[in-house]
Amino acid sequence: MAQVYFEDVKQGQEVPPLVQNCDSQRLVFWAAGSGDYYQIHYDKDFAIGTGLPERIVHGALKHALLGRLLHEWIGDQGRVRRVACSYRGMDMINKDVTCKGVVTATRRENGDNLVDLEVWTEDPDGNKTTPGSATVSLPSRS
Amino acid sequence: MAQSQASVITDEMRAVIGKESEPVTYEVDNTGCRQFARAVGYTDPVFYDEKAAKAKGYRGIPAPAGFLGHPVVIPGQPARTAEIFRLNVPFTRILNGGTDVEYFDDVCAGDVLTARSKLSNLEEREGRLGPMLIVTTETAFKDRSGKVVAVMRGTAIRY
Repeated sequence: MAQVYFEDVKQGQEVPPLVQNCDSQRLVFWAAGSGDYYQIHYDKDFAIGTGLPERIVHGALKHALLGRLLHEWIGDQGRVRRVACSYRGMDMINKDVTCKGVVTATRRENGDNLVDLEVWTEDPDGNKTTPGSATVSLPSRS
Repeated sequence: MAQSQASVITDEMRAVIGKESEPVTYEVDNTGCRQFARAVGYTDPVFYDEKAAKAKGYRGIPAPAGFLGHPVVIPGQPARTAEIFRLNVPFTRILNGGTDVEYFDDVCAGDVLTARSKLSNLEEREGRLGPMLIVTTETAFKDRSGKVVAVMRGTAIRY
């Protein structure tokens, strides 16, 4: 992937969006990968029994997808420094989760070239279900 | 907000706020990093191939964002730091309210991290699903040298 440099990033710049469908296999993959085996994410009867309409996407999977959104944008020399998000709305199984980001600030701190972003996920109706913020570091051209 | 019912937060629970848990060991290994990366849909070879990772300047396969290894589970001992704060509340259900992870260094396969958690705050709210208890925790992950490499702040919603 192409390297993004600090000098090329401007406030208001959008990160190329990431779309991930979250079917039952994806949620089971996540259960195994994360160690979160709560049944509301893969057992339909269990989910409905707790009052949910269906199995829901793990919040932490959406957090991790926001991390992937950033990793795939910043290139080999970039590093994800912070990913924070709130799980405001539920995302249902078998739907696409779309991750987006926009640059809110750029700053140099202790020799690091840092970029702050607003990041979020959207459901297929365009609702922001997981608003958050993030910081990445990028290499400098100089 | 007018309190229509008694608080579920007891003095005993309040006394736990700010206290640090016993340490829990988290192991970051190749298989764990790969499995997590696969679950999130990464295709970058650095998460799968140690040679590719080293060629890109990592010490080993890097832990994808959100992954800080798996806790060492021993029956009879706390399996996850959050379980140390077993709160005696009349709620059986739990939802994840939010996650905030800050990194101070690369976390790579081969790392063994020591995690200590703190219960940061307890707050009651009336939500769509009825009365809720918002539990926030903060977990610091240290590497073998004692350096804090990551801090995870989590919000759990009990209802």
